[in-house]
Amino acid sequence: MTYLSITQNDRSITLHSINHWNIYHLKAIDKELSELLKKINNRSIVWDVSGIESFDSAGVILFRQYYHTFQQKHTVEIIGYNDKQKRMYKLLELHSKNSTITIKTPNIFHRIGKATLKSLEGGKELLEFLGQTTMAFGQSLLSPSKIRFKEISYYIHISGINALPIVALTAFLVGLVIAYQSAVQLAKFGADIFIVDMIGISITRELAPMITAIVIAGRSGSSYTAQIGAMKITQEINAMKTMGFDPYYFLVLPRIFALIVAMPLLIFFADIVGIFGGMVVANLELGISFEQFIHRLQSALSPTHYLIGILKAPFFAVIIAIISTYRGFQVSSNTQSIGYYTTKSVVNSIFFVIVCDALFSIFFTGLGI
Amino acid sequence: MSVVSMRNIVTSFGEKVIHDGINLTIEAGEIYGILGESGAGKTLLIQEMIMLLQPTSGEIEVLGYNLNTITYQEAQALRQKWGILFQFGALYSSLNVAQNIAIAISEYTQTPQKLINQIVATKLNMVGLSPDVASLYPAQLSGGMIKRVALARALAMDPKLLFLDEPTSGLDPIGARDFDKLIVELRNLLDITIVIITHDLDSIFSIIDRFSILADKKVVAQGTLKEVLATQHPFIERFFKNDYVLGRYVHKDSPKPTPHHL
Ligand SMILES: Nc1ncnc2c1ncn2[C@@H]1O[C@H](COP(=O)(O)OP(=O)(O)OP(=O)(O)O)[C@@H](O)[C@H]1O
Ligand SMILES: [Mg+2]
Repeated sequence: MTYLSITQNDRSITLHSINHWNIYHLKAIDKELSELLKKINNRSIVWDVSGIESFDSAGVILFRQYYHTFQQKHTVEIIGYNDKQKRMYKLLELHSKNSTITIKTPNIFHRIGKATLKSLEGGKELLEFLGQTTMAFGQSLLSPSKIRFKEISYYIHISGINALPIVALTAFLVGLVIAYQSAVQLAKFGADIFIVDMIGISITRELAPMITAIVIAGRSGSSYTAQIGAMKITQEINAMKTMGFDPYYFLVLPRIFALIVAMPLLIFFADIVGIFGGMVVANLELGISFEQFIHRLQSALSPTHYLIGILKAPFFAVIIAIISTYRGFQVSSNTQSIGYYTTKSVVNSIFFVIVCDALFSIFFTGLGI
Repeated sequence: MSVVSMRNIVTSFGEKVIHDGINLTIEAGEIYGILGESGAGKTLLIQEMIMLLQPTSGEIEVLGYNLNTITYQEAQALRQKWGILFQFGALYSSLNVAQNIAIAISEYTQTPQKLINQIVATKLNMVGLSPDVASLYPAQLSGGMIKRVALARALAMDPKLLFLDEPTSGLDPIGARDFDKLIVELRNLLDITIVIITHDLDSIFSIIDRFSILADKKVVAQGTLKEVLATQHPFIERFFKNDYVLGRYVHKDSPKPTPHHL
C-alpha cells in the first residue's frame, strides 16, 4: 500500500496524501516520506492532503515533523485540508514545541559507581537492620509485654503447622533414598543391620535439620519477603510508622520468634518421618522388621546426635527469618523488585544455612562429639 | 448508533447486591457522565463494560460486540479500540513514564522508536507535563502526575472509546479545567466517545452531554443536565439543589445574592 502519490515537473513536486494516516501505518508512511526526501532536489513542494481517508494524532505528528523538515530547505504549500485537520494540526503544533523526550541511559562508569554505592549502602542497611532487630529483641526479653504473642502464634500456624505436610513428604522421601542407597552397599558386606545406625545418625544429626531449613526458607522465607515487600510498595509500612507501630516489633520479631519456636518442632517431626522412611526400605529391601529396627535404633542412636540436630534449629530459624525480613525491607517501589528480593532471600537463606551447618560440623568434630 | 448499551445489569457479591437492573445507553460521540455516591458501584459498572468483571446477569454491548458471546479474537480487537484511565492510575511500576505511555504503540504497531518518542512528548505536553518526566518511574511521581500520565497512556492510541474514572480528582482546579478543554477538543476532532465518572461539578456543568445517576442500586435519572435536574430523587436534591450549586452553577447568570448589611 502506498500513502503518497506524486506528480512532478522540473520546478515543483506535488505530494498527494492518500489512504489511512494513522498509527498502524506510521512505519510505512515514514519510510515513503524519508525516501522522498532525497528526491526533491531544489524544487518547491505542494502537499495535497485532501485524499486522506482517515487520520489520527500520530499521523498528524508525523505530518508535522516532515512539514517542518521540508520547510527548512524548500517552499512548501499545504492544500486541500479541512477544518478538522487544521484544528488537529494546531492542537498538536501547540503541544509539540519541545518536540522530543530524552531518556538518559547512564554509561558504564555511572552504572559501576552506582552499583558500588548501592552495595555499600546495602551493607550499612544490613548493619542497621541487625542493630535495630537486636535492640528490639533485647528489649522484648526485658519487658515481655512488648512481645506480640498473637502475631507469633499466627506465624507459627502459617509457617509451622501448615508446613507439616511438605516437611513430612520431603523427609520421608529423603529417608527412603538414603536407605535404598545404603542398603545396596551394606548388603555387599552382609552388614545389613548397620543400616539402622546409618539412617538414625544421618537423619537426626544432619539431614532432617537441613531439609527442614531448606523447605522453610523456600516456603516461609519467600513469603515473608514478598509480604513485607508488598507492604512497602503500598506504603503500609509508612502508615505503620506514623501510627507508632514499630515495624521491628510488629513485622520482624514475631516472624523470628515464630520460626525459633516452630523450627525445632518441625525438625523433630522430620526426624521421625525420615527414620520411618528408612525403616520401610529396610523392611522391604533387607527384611529387617520394624521391631528389630527400633530395637537396634535404641542402642545405635545416642541422644547426642538427636540433640545436635535440634540445637541447630534456632540458628537456622534466626538465619532464615532475619534474611527474609531484611530482604523484604529492601524492596523498592516497583513490583519487579519483589521478585528480585524474594529470589535473593531464598538463595541467601539456603546458602547461610549450609554455611552455618558446616561451621557446626567443624565445631563438633573439634569437640569430638 | 449506540456505543455502549447495558440491559438489566445485576451485580452481586454473595448476598450483597450492588446493581439491581441497570439500563443505560451511550451514544457515539457523546461525553457521558456517571454520577453517584461513594460505593454506588460506578467503578464496577465501568469494569463490566471493559470486560474486567462479569455481571451476575444482564447484557452489555460495546462497539457492536455482545460481551456475553464475544470470542477471544474479537475481545482482543476490542481492547485495542478503547483507552482506560483507572481511578488510581494503575501505571506499570517497573516501566518509566515514556514506556508506560508508549507500551500499546510499541506492542501493537511497528512505529519506529524516534516517532514513538515524539508521540510520547506530544502526549505528555497535552496532559500538562514536561518532557523531563519521561524517564521517571511511577514511584517517583506525585498523585496528580500519576493521573496525568495515566491519561496520556489512555490517549496514546487515539482510542474510539475512552473510559475515565475520576480523571480530575487529584488535579489542581486550573489543571482540571485544561483537562476538560482537552477532552472536549479531542472528542470534536477524533469523534471519540467518552465515558466519565466524576464528582467534579465544573466538569458536570461544562463538558458532559448526558449522564446517569446511580443510586439505590439503580439508574435513578438519565439524560441531559436539565432532564436530570427535573427528576425527583433524594440524591439529586442533595447533590444539585443546595445553595452552593444553585448559586454557583445553576443561576450563575442571575446576579449573585448580595449580603445584607446593617
Ligand atoms: N470484590 C468485591 N467484593 C465485594 N464487594 C465489592 C467488591 N468490589 C467492590 N465492592 C463493593 O461494591 C460497591 C461499589 O464499588 P465501586 O468501586 O464501584 O464504587 P464507586 O461507585 O466507584 O465509588 P467511588 O466513588 O468511591 O470510587 C462498594 O460498596 C464496594 O464495597
Ligand atoms: Mg470508583
